[in-house]
Amino acid sequence: MKAIAWAYLAAIYSFILLPVVVLVVFSFQDGRLPVPPFQGATVKWYAQVLADRDLLAALGNSALVAVTSSAVALVLGFLAAHGLARVRLPGSVLMRGLLIAPLTVSYLIIALGLLNMFNQIGLRPSLLATGIGHVVINLPLCFAILYAAMGDHQKSAERAARDLGAGEVQVLWLVSAPMLMAPMAAAFFLSVTFSWDEFIIAFLLTRFDVTLPVEIWSMLKSGLSPKTNAIGSLVFLVSIMVVGFLELFVFRRQK
Amino acid sequence: MTAGVAIDRVSRSYGTAKALDDVSLEIAAGEYIVLLGPSGCGKTTLLNLIGGFDAPSSGQISIGGRSMAGVAPKDRPTTTVFQDYALFPHMTLAENVAFGLRMRGVSRAARLARAAEMLALVGLEGRGNRRPHELSGGQRQRVALARALAVDPDVLLLDEPLGALDLKLRRGMQDELKAIQRRVGTTFVHVTHDQEEAMAIADRIVVMNAGRIEDLGPPKTVYLAPRTLFTATFMGEVNRIPLGGTLPFDPPPAGNSGVLCIRPESLSTAEGPLNLGPCRVDDITFFGTHQRAHVTSVAAPDLKLTVHLPQNSPVAPGQTLTLFAHDFVVLEAQ
Amino acid sequence: MMRNGREHRLGWGLVAPALLWTLAFFVLPFAGMVALSFARMEGRAIVPAFDPGNYIRFATDPVMIKALTNSFEITLVVTVISILLAYPLAAIIAFRIPPRWQRLALLLAVLPFWTSYVVRSYSWLLVLGQNGVINRGLSWIGIGPLELAATRAATVIGFVHFFVMLLTLTIYANLIQLSPNYARAAADLGASRWATFRLVILPLTLPGVVTGAFLTFVLCIGDYITPQILGGNNELTLPQLIMLQLGRSGNFPLASALSVILMGVVTLAYVFSAKWVRLDRV
Repeated sequence: MKAIAWAYLAAIYSFILLPVVVLVVFSFQDGRLPVPPFQGATVKWYAQVLADRDLLAALGNSALVAVTSSAVALVLGFLAAHGLARVRLPGSVLMRGLLIAPLTVSYLIIALGLLNMFNQIGLRPSLLATGIGHVVINLPLCFAILYAAMGDHQKSAERAARDLGAGEVQVLWLVSAPMLMAPMAAAFFLSVTFSWDEFIIAFLLTRFDVTLPVEIWSMLKSGLSPKTNAIGSLVFLVSIMVVGFLELFVFRRQK
Repeated sequence: MTAGVAIDRVSRSYGTAKALDDVSLEIAAGEYIVLLGPSGCGKTTLLNLIGGFDAPSSGQISIGGRSMAGVAPKDRPTTTVFQDYALFPHMTLAENVAFGLRMRGVSRAARLARAAEMLALVGLEGRGNRRPHELSGGQRQRVALARALAVDPDVLLLDEPLGALDLKLRRGMQDELKAIQRRVGTTFVHVTHDQEEAMAIADRIVVMNAGRIEDLGPPKTVYLAPRTLFTATFMGEVNRIPLGGTLPFDPPPAGNSGVLCIRPESLSTAEGPLNLGPCRVDDITFFGTHQRAHVTSVAAPDLKLTVHLPQNSPVAPGQTLTLFAHDFVVLEAQ
Repeated sequence: MMRNGREHRLGWGLVAPALLWTLAFFVLPFAGMVALSFARMEGRAIVPAFDPGNYIRFATDPVMIKALTNSFEITLVVTVISILLAYPLAAIIAFRIPPRWQRLALLLAVLPFWTSYVVRSYSWLLVLGQNGVINRGLSWIGIGPLELAATRAATVIGFVHFFVMLLTLTIYANLIQLSPNYARAAADLGASRWATFRLVILPLTLPGVVTGAFLTFVLCIGDYITPQILGGNNELTLPQLIMLQLGRSGNFPLASALSVILMGVVTLAYVFSAKWVRLDRV
């Protein structure tokens, strides 16, 4: 039994980690194709990536869209979760359903709908259009996380604050938001991750300024290249560092 | 500061359910009032109405002569000690206690000084920099009390404040609550379902049942001379003897409707105003502070009573005793 | 009642921004898309109409029907395989690995999540391709080369890789919050390990598994990148077909109709699993 469990672990971890290992190893390939045999190590592909202006611009665009759209989604989600958790409004079940609904719809459909609408109102494909789309997909996420985090504990602390003379803005700013620091951080970083990685909305709703996934996509069209491996490895490295940092300094401290 | 509370014909319904049904109550300034009753009796609803967390369906509440209709909790001269304490987990104890003053625009130095003073009042001096999760249940309770008192409310509302504490701690905190109330002079309105707690601290107890006030008065009156059978039963164990028919009592009770109520500790072998005649002891158990016996009247074998006898009385099962009642009331049957 | 009125105004004020955003950028575009799906293409111009032509074209064109069945089959296979692989992994992490190592084990199990989404599919190409790692390995022992890339199998492998990570997380979260006393009580009452799992643990975690399966279904059936990179153009999925309409002919009405059909499939899946799925607990 024990041996089977370990064998299974070994097999499944190999499956999960195999593509990443291949990706990273062949990013150092001293040759034109990132496939075996390995022809010796070089960092020239990394140098090429760091010298590629389009790529760096896309990276900046992605960061901008991810942070801005996540911040908007977080604020909207927080206010809505607070309103629905605190006040018994008529139709609140329906509103909760509506706010969460985009989670169940394929990004492709959201992107296509927005593309149609933006065409009609004359909003050109742009980072702004993409950002709006990313708020649509991240708002339900932020809302759901924060709504779930607003337990009775939270409610009674807010009640106590009001009892002691706090106005609604003060309740939000001094009690609700700080008490929800951990779930807010989680919702924000999850949103950033989703937006950062999102392809189809960005693909359909950008044209000249593109985000990183779209830029990588256009590089793929010219075939396999160790340069693509290098980009992937860099993104991987940076993500791992950010996650490690958050794990050590933000989420651990909350406990 | 302190003020009285006037509750004038207040009702509160939720749909068709009546949580409070035409309740009127005058609370004097500086009084310690306990609202006592089983769960669902309306005591917490009444507290929420006074605190402004809920609005009456009809009737009016005024505090210090000022009507509270439409006044939000934050603008009322009341503060609340919540059942779960509702301390702010992200603030230190001092910041928690100073919160109400901060909302009132008091300067940082002044409010922290006041917070230190209030923490000292509840026996937590020098711990202002701790956070709520570092405290025991009893200590959190004290912080909640200090926080509510720091803004010097006219009326302090306490919602089952000792409910989460274990029995021993609860008895200790009762004495302390009472002492603190005497010192600050604020009107306290305290909700509980524990009748011992109520008797230990109240100036007056308000017994509630099914949305109405059943009884009110000082603990002694409510306990020994309850106005209703519900109060008699809720305040403690009682022997209920339906009148009518013949009872071997001397003098025989007047009337033949109603229920004669006698508490177990009001019965003894010492001469008293009501002679119950000879009773045979069925069994007897030692309880520490007293001995508890079940007895049956020799003349009326259907009449069974519970009696608390002194610790040291040499009584054995089978023995026959002549019992007298010292305090008793006749109440209407329900 | 005055207080209620004020509370309501406050509540509406807080909910309004999110609600308006969702209405303006989700409900409205979706309604527009449904309307557009009934429009007609005349040359390169879109003519508003109430014409079911696009749906009729879908129903009568074997290529399009095939795209739908392809999508459906791939999604079903991916969902089932992913659950079968992820559940044991989650269970081993939750019950066999000491608590202090569980977090690390989970982080390792979702490590590839942190590469870019597009790159993840690309890296499978390096593994499965004509000159890829697997074929090189096979030729070294004298087999192959196998046709792995640009096949349905490649698409399925790419999808399973991603969803095993996702499902491991959700199933682990479900397993770990079960009180160990359930298993103890079952064992105490004489249940074998297998009986404990089948009669106690599995039913208790089933809602979580179904929710995860539903998410897998939604994400998988609507995905364009993985089949496009790994499956190639040999057999189309519905999202690929939609993108083809957009790119090649600018046929927005047909693309909209196909999207509405895709949406319909997802809704059916939801209705099918609605009893178990708790989206508010995702």
